[in-house]
Order: sequence, then C-alpha cells, then structure tokens
Amino acid sequence: MTYRFKLNLPRLILAIALMVFGVLTIITLTHTELILARSNFTSIATILGGIIFYAGVVIIIMMFESETILSITLLIPSISAVAIFVYGFIGWSVRVSLSKWKGLNPDFTWVGLAQYAKLFQDPRFKIDVRNTVMFTLLFIAACLIIGLSLAILLDQKLKGEAIFRSIFLFPMSISFIASGVVWGWLMNPSTGNRITGINLIFQKLGLSSLISLWHSNPMPWGMAFTVIPAVWMLSGYTMALYLGGIRAVSDDLREAARMDGASEFEIYRHIIFPMLQPVTLSAVIILGHMSLKIFDLIVALGNKDIRLDVPGIYMWVTTFDGTNYAQGAAIGILMLISVAILVVPYLVQNMRTETQL
Amino acid sequence: MRRRWTLGTTVILIFLLALAAVYLLPIYLMVLTGLKPFNQVDLKTMWNLPEGGLFIENFIAGYKQLAPNIKNSLSMVIPEALLSALLGSLNGYLLAKWKFKGSNLLFSLILFGMFIPYQSILIPLVKFMQAINLYGDLPGLVLVHIIYGIPITTLIFRNYYAGISTEILEAGRIDGASLMGLYRHIMFPLSAPSFAVVIIWQFTQAWNEFLFAVILTNQSHWPVTVALNNLAGSQLVQWNVLMAATFIAALPTMLVYIFLGRYFLRGLMAGALKG
Repeated sequence: MTYRFKLNLPRLILAIALMVFGVLTIITLTHTELILARSNFTSIATILGGIIFYAGVVIIIMMFESETILSITLLIPSISAVAIFVYGFIGWSVRVSLSKWKGLNPDFTWVGLAQYAKLFQDPRFKIDVRNTVMFTLLFIAACLIIGLSLAILLDQKLKGEAIFRSIFLFPMSISFIASGVVWGWLMNPSTGNRITGINLIFQKLGLSSLISLWHSNPMPWGMAFTVIPAVWMLSGYTMALYLGGIRAVSDDLREAARMDGASEFEIYRHIIFPMLQPVTLSAVIILGHMSLKIFDLIVALGNKDIRLDVPGIYMWVTTFDGTNYAQGAAIGILMLISVAILVVPYLVQNMRTETQL
Repeated sequence: MRRRWTLGTTVILIFLLALAAVYLLPIYLMVLTGLKPFNQVDLKTMWNLPEGGLFIENFIAGYKQLAPNIKNSLSMVIPEALLSALLGSLNGYLLAKWKFKGSNLLFSLILFGMFIPYQSILIPLVKFMQAINLYGDLPGLVLVHIIYGIPITTLIFRNYYAGISTEILEAGRIDGASLMGLYRHIMFPLSAPSFAVVIIWQFTQAWNEFLFAVILTNQSHWPVTVALNNLAGSQLVQWNVLMAATFIAALPTMLVYIFLGRYFLRGLMAGALKG
C-alpha cells in the first residue's frame, strides 16, 4: 500500500523541534544527577518530555494523510497504557503468584501452584470465600427485589416521582468508606447504658426483641449484616436500571393488553417481567462484580475484624503488612478469576450483538 | 397521563414516603449527631434534636482534622477528571468512527480493565510506581486514576459519538475536513454533555476511591477517604466529631449529586454497558 505524503516544511521543522526537545528533556533528566525540587517532579517532567516527543511524531504522521495510520498513532498511548497496566500487570501478578517471594526482596523462584494450594488449605481463606459467597448472594437478591419493587412503585405515574427517584439513588453518591463509617455507628452493638444507633430506636419504640449485634454477630452471620449498607447504597441503582427497562415497554403495548382485559398485575406478569430479563442480567453482572471485590465498605465497617474478612482485605494484609507478596498475588489472581467468570461471557455477548449492528 | 387520586395511589404514596424516610435516615442522623455537643450524644438522647440551639463546633473540629486531606483530594481529583475526559473523548471518537476488523475485540479488551479487581494488579503497580519515582505522592495517584479510567471514559464517549448521525460528519467531509478537523470542529463542540458526564463521573470515582489512595500515597498526601477511615479507626474520636467529619468528607460528591444529578445518573447507566 502506498500513502500520499504532503510535505509541509514549517510543520516538519516544528515536529522535529518538538521531538528533539522531548528527547533532550528525557535524556537530561534520566542520565544526569539533576533532580528538580523533589524526585517525583523529575518523573513528571520526564513524562511531559515523552508527551512533547509524541506530539512531534503525531505532526509528522498527519502529513501522511492516512487516517488509518493517524488513528493508530493517536490510540497507541491509551492502548499501550491499558495493555501494560491491565494485561501486563496481571501477567506479572500471575508470575509473582507462582513464586515464593516473601519479604521485601523479590524472589522469583518457581514453585508452581503451591501458593494456590496453600490458600485452599488456609482456614482464613475459607472464611473469606464463605463470606464473599454469602455477601454476594444476599446483596444481589436484596438489590434485585428492592430495586424491582421500587421501580414498580415509581412506575405508577405518581406526583413527585422524580424526587423519590433522586432520594433512592442518593446514597450512591457517598463513598463506601463514609457509608461504612456511618453504618458502623448505626449498627453499633453496644448494649445497656451505651446503647446507640438503630438498637436505640428499637428500644425506644418498644421493639427490644429486634435489638441485634448486627455485624458483630458470631460467624458466619455477622457478615450477613454488612450487606445492609451495601444494599442501602446500590438498591437505588438497581431501581434505576429496572425503571429504564419498564419505561422501554411501550405504552401502546400496555394499552393493547388493557383492551384485551388484562389486569395491571397480569400486564406486569406476562408482558413487562419477561422483557426485563436482560436488565436483570446486567444488574446481576454489575452488582456481582462489585460484591466479589468488596473491600472499602468492609474495611470501614469491620476495621479488619477477622470475622468479616474478605479476599480483598486478606490480600492487602498479606502483601503490605505481612510482605508475603507471592501469597498476596495468588489471592489477587483468584479474585480476578472469580470476576472474569462473571464478566467475560457478558463482554463477549456484548461484542457479538454490536458486531451484528 | 397522571393517575387520578385514589385510595390505591394514596397507599403507594405513603409507602414511598416511608421508604424515602428510611433511605434518608442515615444522612439525617449523621448531620444531627454532628450538630450536638458530646454530652448529648451516645446516650439516650441520640434521636432527639440538639438542645440549646445548633452546635457547630464538631463540624469545625471535623474540618480541622480533614482540611489537609480535602486539599489533597481536590488537587488530585481536578486534574484527574479533566485529563481523563480529554483522553476519553479522543479515544471514544476514534473508536466510534474508525471500524476495522477486530475493533470490537479491541474495545472489549479495553473494557475488561474496568471490571478487574485492582488487587490483581496491585503488586506490579506499586513496584512500577516506586521504580518511576511516582510512589507516595499525588501526581502518581492522578496518573493511576487516569489510566484505570480509560475504559469507562472511552466507553461513555464512544457510545455518545456513535449516536451522532454520520450525515453531519459526511457534510464535514465534503467541506474537506480531515479526521482531526472533524473532531475539532464538529464532534468536540457537540460533546459538552458527555464531558459533563465524564468529568462528574471521574470526579466522584476518584474522590470516593480508597484502595489506590491508601496503597500509593504516604500519610502527608492521604486523600480524604484514607484520612476518614483512619479517623474512624482511632478509638479516641468522639462519635459526634466523627459524624461531622464524615459529612464533610462526603459533602462534595453529595453536592455534585444534588446539583448535577442528571449527568451523574447518565455516567452510572453507562457503567452498565448497554443496560
């Protein structure tokens, strides 16, 4: 294939100047002892040097008048960033997980799947798996049921619908950390004179039988209560997904069903619910991948309490407190596999439907 | 068509009001507790309104605790959101308008990066950031957020640009605009709503993010989530100061939601792919 090349001298000079300047910046900063203010300024300046060099390359590429080459050139930085930071780093983690690196100095001695085998023997990891499974099932079930119910209620064309919708979605704007801190207080297990939080409401309302230890319940039931703040945060999101799905069912279709004598209940049962299946699938994937890697909420709520341990926290503690890098990497990779099993089929499906369009 | 006022709608409305109260209760209690002096909290009066007027001392104390971290968060989040949006816009445009064999596969491979648990890349990331001297400070955190934000920002912009009719672009072609000319003169000016969505999304995400923040920054550069978690973990802080501090830490994203909720919601929906 041949490409046209239209020489534009001023631009060429500009491009070469940028490239030379970029390269000189990088060389000066990396091969000399020059350190700007703080060491990370040097790194930032090096990155800027790279960007300047790249700008020069782009200007030259533009002269080729080939949109394909230009597109590739412009996409390369992002694609290579994702290739390195996502796929390269996953590969690197896998390699660490197959080594016996423990302590601060890297040790890449090959031990095969020994780290994984050790994890499956590890009682703490068993707790993590059980907690994650319990959390995921309860969290998804509660979000779907509450989300669908709220969507149906809001579909009744009431006054103030928009306000209600905003209120149910509001908790999503708050971080898992802030939410965990607030709920940690609301679900405070103290009793007697120090009773507080929701338990105090129950006591005041004369519902003392409902007073609970919440997430401080003995294993495994304490974990079930950590779902409450998560559902508070994400049931509104599930509602929004469902409401979008319900609204996509045309009014004509509903009107026709009404004409045929269908009750409102039958319309939901036979027309709307079947059409909501793809929404449910999306919701399960989105909520599921969040709960499989749940981390900050539990950190804020449980303060590294072993009874509420999840793989995300175990990985953090193992790697950065215990400096057992190989074991930490293995936990990370197992988390990745669990998420990939859920997400990859969905991405493949999504890709196929797009190709058909 | 609005429904007529019947018994049924009244019951639903009362039910919805009760639910709305439940959803707002944690936030109400957070503010209420923050507004009380310590001797009125913790014990039996927790649910009562503060006695003797509002007490803002806790908010001042909470703010003093978190002020340096709020500054850290802001100086991290603002450049991050703006740069992410620019990069996402360029990527989204190119991937929406330039189709080749395997472009969908490439796009799906990029999207996968949005779902991974970051624990699976954390060790290489830390070692890499240490090697390039960007560990411990905010610029490194900005870089990491931008890179791991590429999938979602590209997705939002790509979906938006794919919806713009090709006729406008063809008209631009006839006028002799090049690939980048079309972007600069047609697509970019049209993409203000998407910029709003992406900037707000990235702002909220980065403000609320914890894992990268706690691993990649040292104490003097902690963003607000890390500092808040640390504050909550120390047994010395009183509940009322902690609740006031939590409210302050959550305030920016709550305000964004209240005033720009529309755009926030669109970002949220984009996260569900085609929903």
